[in-house]
Amino acid sequence: METINYRNFRIEAENICVDYNGKVALYDANLRLKPGQICGLVGMNGAGKTTFFNALTGFVNISKGKIRINGESVRSAQKDQTIAYVPQNEGIDSQFPISVWDVVMMGRYGSMNIFRSPRESDVQAVKDAIERVDLTDHLSTPIGNLSGGQRKRTFLARAIAQRASILLLDEPFSGVDIRTEKLISELFIQFKNEGKTILLSTHDMIHVREFCDLVLLINKTVVAYGETSEVFTPENITTTFGGISPDSLFGPES
Amino acid sequence: MEFCSFLTLDSFIKDPLTHDFMRKALLMSSLVAAVCGFLSSFLTLKGWALMGDAVSHSVMPGVVVAYALGLPFSLGAFIFGVGSVALIGFIKQKSRVKEDTVIGLVFTGFFALGIVLVSKIKSNIDLHSILFGSPLGISLSDVKQTIFISLLVVILLSIFRKDLMLYCFDPRHAKTVGINVFFLHYLLLTCLSLAAVVGLQSVGIILVVAMLITPGATAYLLTDKFDNMTVISVLSAIISSLIGIYVSFWFDLETGGSIVLAQTFIFLFAFLFAPRYGIFKLKKLFTGYK
Repeated sequence: METINYRNFRIEAENICVDYNGKVALYDANLRLKPGQICGLVGMNGAGKTTFFNALTGFVNISKGKIRINGESVRSAQKDQTIAYVPQNEGIDSQFPISVWDVVMMGRYGSMNIFRSPRESDVQAVKDAIERVDLTDHLSTPIGNLSGGQRKRTFLARAIAQRASILLLDEPFSGVDIRTEKLISELFIQFKNEGKTILLSTHDMIHVREFCDLVLLINKTVVAYGETSEVFTPENITTTFGGISPDSLFGPES
Repeated sequence: MEFCSFLTLDSFIKDPLTHDFMRKALLMSSLVAAVCGFLSSFLTLKGWALMGDAVSHSVMPGVVVAYALGLPFSLGAFIFGVGSVALIGFIKQKSRVKEDTVIGLVFTGFFALGIVLVSKIKSNIDLHSILFGSPLGISLSDVKQTIFISLLVVILLSIFRKDLMLYCFDPRHAKTVGINVFFLHYLLLTCLSLAAVVGLQSVGIILVVAMLITPGATAYLLTDKFDNMTVISVLSAIISSLIGIYVSFWFDLETGGSIVLAQTFIFLFAFLFAPRYGIFKLKKLFTGYK
């Protein structure tokens, strides 16, 4: 580990701090993820999960620290479409007059010309992505008419169409049906094999154990980080959730 | 009202067209309506109705100062329109006062400044026409300026239509794939300021916000496709303008108010009878489709 080649890491966050008008949302946070790794981001509401995502995508500026994406700056990661963000269902306006096709096509915008007129390859990428999430029957359906699970799959398809090598997923399993959950977990395995790196926030501890190689426990800063089997202990979880024992949070099974 | 009995639809439409000022008013107001209607679909989706209100009022001192200095009033309006938004952002960030309060506070302040300035620089500015519009008395230089600004806004919105849609829908994604969100934000604000300037000629500064939000809201009730929404918004705005001007001509009513009332009635109609989102859901009545 002494001779680290930065290019080996997809995500490299070093001592990053984010504050909103003087109010600290995240401090001294570190994260290193390699290709093919799936990492769970776990913490209370307001612990800085969304802030962490925002810092990685460049949606907020960090006040301290350093972020490298595939060894490059966040800005060049944006230009290269390296990161795809899959929002929480609550984070989007479901009444927006837009179809599944149009949302997925937005995944291609970054690499299109200024008028965002789709090329043959863009159309194909969108078609393929929609097929992978099993929404081919809903191409022109307005997103307002979709179920929560279908909507989640639409945004996953956008990330696929973008051909990003890093996927940030905000609560991918909340409010989805069993079929979608199964499809997402199958996609995760495919993404892993394709060498994509996934960082997902979740409230569901079972999903962490099931999918995540690594886990990052945060409460304004990193409480614990490492292999899920080692780090995801009742003690660490208790610390992360401000002294509440995992039993009362997730039932005795944890 | 007696003349109504012998007024045929034909002469109702054709008679006003014999007047030069009416032809000009109909053309100019339709153009302005089209511009505001186009912008309106973005503003309603972005949730910027209050921002539209703020900017349209805040351009007032800019218009007055520009008039006084002999500059194009679009320039003054632009500076004060964007300036008000910057000030709103600054005060919100540096104080604990809530955003809607700050917006209300800033735009009324600007508006009041405009009124005070008008009273001081009385000579060639007609307060009434700024406040309530004067589509029947547009001068030639105003016509040129209106056409220029309208084309500019339409071209900008057309070029960046998809980016602006993405910005309204999911700015985070836009930023993530390297699209300049900062630019889009100010582009939309710029268009808003410019639309407010041309809009104030036909309906006046007080009602221009209606031109910027009502057509979009109407269209939003009628479709689930963004492109259709834009088209419906533009069409309903133009139709309202024509109805408003005709009605004001025949019944001797305030023109700006009539245009906005026509928009409001069209909205109410959509609100009640829109196929999917109306209260009575016409589609269901006709086909039994749920």
